[in-house]
Amino acid sequence: MSSQTAARLDGLLPELEVIRADFPILSRTLADGQPLVYLDSANTSQKPQCVIDAMVDHLERHNANVARAMHQLGAESSEAFEAARDKVAAFIGAPSRDEVLFTKNASEALNLVANTLAWARGPLEVGEGDEIVITEMEHHSNIVPWQLLTQRTGATLRWFGLTDEGHLDLSAVDDLITERTKVVSLTWVSNMLGTVNPVAAITKRAHEVGALVVVDASQAAPQLPIDLAAMPEDERPDFLAFTGHKVVGPTGIGVLWGARAVLEALPPFLGGGEMIETVRMESSTYAGIPHKFEAGTPPIVEAVGLGAAVDYLSAVGLDAVHAHEQALTGYALEGLATVPGLRVLGPLDARERGGAISFEIDGVHPHDVAQVLDVRGIAVRAGHHCARPAHARFGVQSSTRMSSYLYTTPTEIDALVEALHYTRSYFKL
Amino acid sequence: MSAELDSLYQEIILDHYKNPHHKGLRDPYEAEVHHVNPTCGDEVTLRVHVADGVVADVSYDSVGCSISQASASVMTDLVIGKPVAEAMAVHEEFLALMQGKGTVEPDEEVLEDGIAFAGVAKFPARVKCALLSWMAWKDATTRSLEETP
Repeated sequence: MSSQTAARLDGLLPELEVIRADFPILSRTLADGQPLVYLDSANTSQKPQCVIDAMVDHLERHNANVARAMHQLGAESSEAFEAARDKVAAFIGAPSRDEVLFTKNASEALNLVANTLAWARGPLEVGEGDEIVITEMEHHSNIVPWQLLTQRTGATLRWFGLTDEGHLDLSAVDDLITERTKVVSLTWVSNMLGTVNPVAAITKRAHEVGALVVVDASQAAPQLPIDLAAMPEDERPDFLAFTGHKVVGPTGIGVLWGARAVLEALPPFLGGGEMIETVRMESSTYAGIPHKFEAGTPPIVEAVGLGAAVDYLSAVGLDAVHAHEQALTGYALEGLATVPGLRVLGPLDARERGGAISFEIDGVHPHDVAQVLDVRGIAVRAGHHCARPAHARFGVQSSTRMSSYLYTTPTEIDALVEALHYTRSYFKL
Repeated sequence: MSAELDSLYQEIILDHYKNPHHKGLRDPYEAEVHHVNPTCGDEVTLRVHVADGVVADVSYDSVGCSISQASASVMTDLVIGKPVAEAMAVHEEFLALMQGKGTVEPDEEVLEDGIAFAGVAKFPARVKCALLSWMAWKDATTRSLEETP
């Protein structure tokens, strides 16, 4: 429909076709020669050629184990692995590169915090009478680890509810965050509702009562500029977790940033090689951070790929990526509003949200919507998006979710909207 | 493009989806089960009443896609009123059809409206939708038999 409208969209990346050419998968076709319209980036992002090349180059030329191989390849591999840590530290503005831990994914990063807190003794110890506060819009990976922690320690799990507009209900903040609160863990950007949460204000409040703050940045890191060092100390979370594959990097690697003092006070997570200083049969002493939390051979080539990925995003500029996402999200919200019987779950103002939009259509189940879209080459997600409680809050069992990224075009949004109209006619609505 | 969709969404399936048979939970029953599809969230609560070796009633409450809802409706049509052993044989026949990746020719004598699901077998991601209520029925029926020696 509206290439003219699209051309006038403020905020789109100026060289979108150049960006798209960096992602080889975007030029492939699907069954029946259909072009791919990939609107599932909140699930996983596509990878630019430079990430693929960096990983292939490492495997072809530099492959060796890290930090234990005393040969030239070992030195090259170790250097590449640690250089990736530097790149990730720069990407999030970490106050210190040693505070950046590599994990398997964001889930492992969150479980690392919840598990080591369950084992902590002394000031960080969690026990009966203590409270852990999460929110009703969390991904399952930021709910279940805290359920496990509270079940294991006798602490109590509490959560922020949501307003009808899809924001956190902050009216109960003084009742929820109290002297009993040990941890507040929340998502920065909701993977289902798209809501951007006031992380700084909640962190400040939590710090006033001495609680630790854990931020799930899985959806924020891909699209918001993050500069931890620039945040006032009382508004800076104590932990920040995200996954590599949503920031145009590979699967198999995630990141946990943690404040040095807290990481040093926590007990180790997994035991094994790399995380030790000296091992005796009776007991061991442990390496300093970050290695204390990185037992075993790490995901080396994945770290190299992640380093290339965050460098790529930084070169485009996270401010520009964010502006692009906001422009497309606004355009998508307008387009979706033209589909009869369609209800968007979450804020309707693009400025208050990220680039994932979940919706339901009266009379057509999300799986059936996704099936019709797939036949037309349009990839979206249907289901509860690992956020069942948030769906339950809005009285729906599942939803269809479109999610854009820096390579998404307004024309692809047009294709989605047109296909949704077709879906309704197919099901005779 | 539409032909591919039409092979999945047969008219019979859409009819059952819009007007499901035997829906709603009823008494009496010996066993009630709750089955979910954890990857997509489809859910069914299903009750079975067996009397004198016959499936006297199957009632259910469910949420899910057109395929899973229509499948539940067709399943109740097929098993209610049949001796348990015969109903189990129909279940086996439907299971074979669904797991046949589109190579199994359905027997209309046995499966009646169930033959409309032949196209679903070609969509691996949707096979579990079609099987949800059938698996729940088998589970509940097995439990019913345990309840009534």
